[in-house]
Amino acid sequence: MASAAQRRIKSISYAKYGYLFILPFFIVYFFFQLWPLINTFILSFTDNKTGELIGFDNYKTILAGAGGRAARNVSKSFYQSFGNTVLLWCGNFIPQIALSLSLAVWFTEANLKIPGKGFFKIVMYLPNIITAASVAVLFLQLCGEAVNTPGSLNLLLSKIGIVKHDTVSDKYDTIKFITGTAQARGVVMFIQTWMWFGNTMIMLMSGIQGINPSLFEAASIDGATSGQVFRKITLPLLSPIMAYTLVTSMIGGLQMFDIPYLYHKDPNKVNTDLKTVAVYIYEYFHDQTDPKMGYAGAASVILFIITLILGCIAFYLTRDKDEIAKKKQRKKAAQQLKQQNKQFGGLSL
Amino acid sequence: MSKMKAVYGDSKGSYTAKLKTKSIILTVWFIILTIICLLPIYILVVNATRDSTSIANGISFIPGTNLFKNIKKLFGDMNYTQVYNVWIGYKNSFIITAFSTIFTVFFSAMTAYGIHVYDFKLKEISYTIILLVMMVPMQVTSAGFVAFMLKLKLTDTYWPLILPAIAAPAVVYFMRSYMKSSFPLDIVEAARIDGCSEFRTFLSIALPMMKPAIAVQAIFAFIASWNNFYTPNMILISSKFKQKTLPMMVSAIQASDKFTDYGAIYLALALSILPIIIIYIILSKFIIAGVALGGVKE
Repeated sequence: MASAAQRRIKSISYAKYGYLFILPFFIVYFFFQLWPLINTFILSFTDNKTGELIGFDNYKTILAGAGGRAARNVSKSFYQSFGNTVLLWCGNFIPQIALSLSLAVWFTEANLKIPGKGFFKIVMYLPNIITAASVAVLFLQLCGEAVNTPGSLNLLLSKIGIVKHDTVSDKYDTIKFITGTAQARGVVMFIQTWMWFGNTMIMLMSGIQGINPSLFEAASIDGATSGQVFRKITLPLLSPIMAYTLVTSMIGGLQMFDIPYLYHKDPNKVNTDLKTVAVYIYEYFHDQTDPKMGYAGAASVILFIITLILGCIAFYLTRDKDEIAKKKQRKKAAQQLKQQNKQFGGLSL
Repeated sequence: MSKMKAVYGDSKGSYTAKLKTKSIILTVWFIILTIICLLPIYILVVNATRDSTSIANGISFIPGTNLFKNIKKLFGDMNYTQVYNVWIGYKNSFIITAFSTIFTVFFSAMTAYGIHVYDFKLKEISYTIILLVMMVPMQVTSAGFVAFMLKLKLTDTYWPLILPAIAAPAVVYFMRSYMKSSFPLDIVEAARIDGCSEFRTFLSIALPMMKPAIAVQAIFAFIASWNNFYTPNMILISSKFKQKTLPMMVSAIQASDKFTDYGAIYLALALSILPIIIIYIILSKFIIAGVALGGVKE
C-alpha cells in the first residue's frame, strides 16, 4: 500500500541527478586523463621538432631503428629499457611472491603458535608506505662504494670479512653496488622486493582467510599434512587472487620509475643498466633543451597497448560471475519483452 | 588395546613436538625478516645522529651525539638550505596532499553515490568506463599531459597536481562496492518523503554512513599523494625552490655536489620520512585492514 506521497515520488524522474552527481568525475577525467591520452596518441604521430604529422615514422624509429644512426640508438635504447624493465620486474616478483605466499600461509595456519603475529605484519608492511624517493636516496647512501668513505653496507661486509680493508692506505676493496651492472640491478630488485612483499602478503592472507574454513577442518580430520593442504586446497582456491596479483604487479612493474630513476652516482645521468621504459619516456618529454615529444608519445602508446592487454587479463580474472549471470538473465527478459511487443503490432515503449 | 593407546599417544606427542619446532623455526625466520625490514631505517636514524667522518669510518648500531650539529648544518648552512628546506617541503607537500585527498574521497563518494542510487541511461556505460580506465597508468598519459599543461600554461602551478585527484576510478570502484553492501536505497526514499533535497541527502545521510570507506581511502590517498615524486617532478619544471615538494627535495640531495656531509644527508632523509612513519605508527592496524580489503591499487 503506497501512500500518495510515495506514488508521487515514484513518478518523478531522478535521472538528471544521476548525471549531476557523476558530472565532476567525468569532466575532470576528460581534461586530465582522456584528453592527455588522446594527445599522447597524436604526439606519437608527429615530428619531434616541427610537430607535423609524420605517420608511423616514430614507431618505425623506436621499434625498427629506421632512419640513420641516431634512430638506431633510439631503438637500441628502447629495447634495452624494455629488457631492463622485464628483468627488474622478474627479479623482484619471483622472490616477492615466494616470500609473500609462504608468509601468508604460515600466518594463517591456525595450529602454529607464533607470538606477535600482528607486530610482524605491521613491520613487514612498513617499507611499503615510505616515500620511494627517500628509499632510493637512502640506499644510495647505504650502498656507497667510494674506497675511502664506503657506505654502511660495505662497512658491514668488511666487518664480516667479505670486503677487504687495507689498513696501511685505509682503503676498502668495496663491492660496486652502484656502478656495477649486476650489483646495481640486484640492489634495485632487493629494494622493490623489500617494499612490496608485505603488501602482497596481506592481500594473499585475506585471500586465504576467504577460503571456507570447513575445507581446512575436513583436511585436518582426514590427516592431511600442511604440505598437502597447501597443494590441494590453498593453492587451487587462491589461484584467482594469485593471478590478479601477478597481473597488477606486472602493470606496476611497467611503471617502475622512482627507484631506477634516482639510483645512480652521476648526478646528471641515469644508470643505463637500470633505465626502465617509464624512465625512457620521461627523459624524452622532460628534456628542457631538446624534448622529443614524438618518441615519448610513441613509446607511451606501446606501453599503453601492453598495459591494456594485461589489464584485460586482470579484468577477466576478477570479473563478478554472479553479476554477469544476472545481466544475461536481464537481457533475456528484455528480449522476450521485445518479442512480445512485436507481436502486439510493433509498438515499442 | 593398551598397545594401540601407546602408539596413538606417541604419534600425538611427536605431532605436537613437530608443531612446536616448526613454530620456533618460523618465529626465528620472522624475526630475521623483521630485522631486514627495519635495519635500513634503523641505520638511517642512527647515522642521522653521528658525524660525517665516523659514518664513513665504521658502522654503528648505537646512536651518536652529533644530532644537534647535524641539525645546525642542515638548517643553518647555506649550501644545505639552498637544496633542502624541510619546512618548505612539508608545507608544499601538505598543501598538495591535503587538497587532493579531500577531492579524491569527496568526489569519489559522490560519483559512486550517483551511480548507485540513480537509474539513468548511461549508468552502466559510465561505470564500465570507470572500471576500464582504472588500469591506465599515469606513465602512459604523462607525455600528452605535460604537452597539454604546457599549452594551458599550467606547468609550475599546483592545479595539475590537485585537480586530477577528483577523478580517481579505483576509489570510486571501492566506494561503489562498499555502498552495494551497506547502503540501502530505502534510506534515500525515506529522505525524499521527508522532503530532503537530493544533494542534502548525499551530504548529510550518505556521507556519514560511508565514513569507514572514506577513512580507509583517505589514508591511502594521503600516502600516495605524499609519496608522489613522478607527477610533481614533471609538472614543476622551472623548479623554483619555494615550490618544490618534499620528495623533489630529497632527489635534489642526490643531484647536489655541495651536500656532502653524511650526517646531514641522513638527517635530511630521516626528516623526510618522519611524518609518514608517525602516521603509520598511529594508524597501522587500520592501514593493514585496508590493504586486506584490497583497498590499494598497484
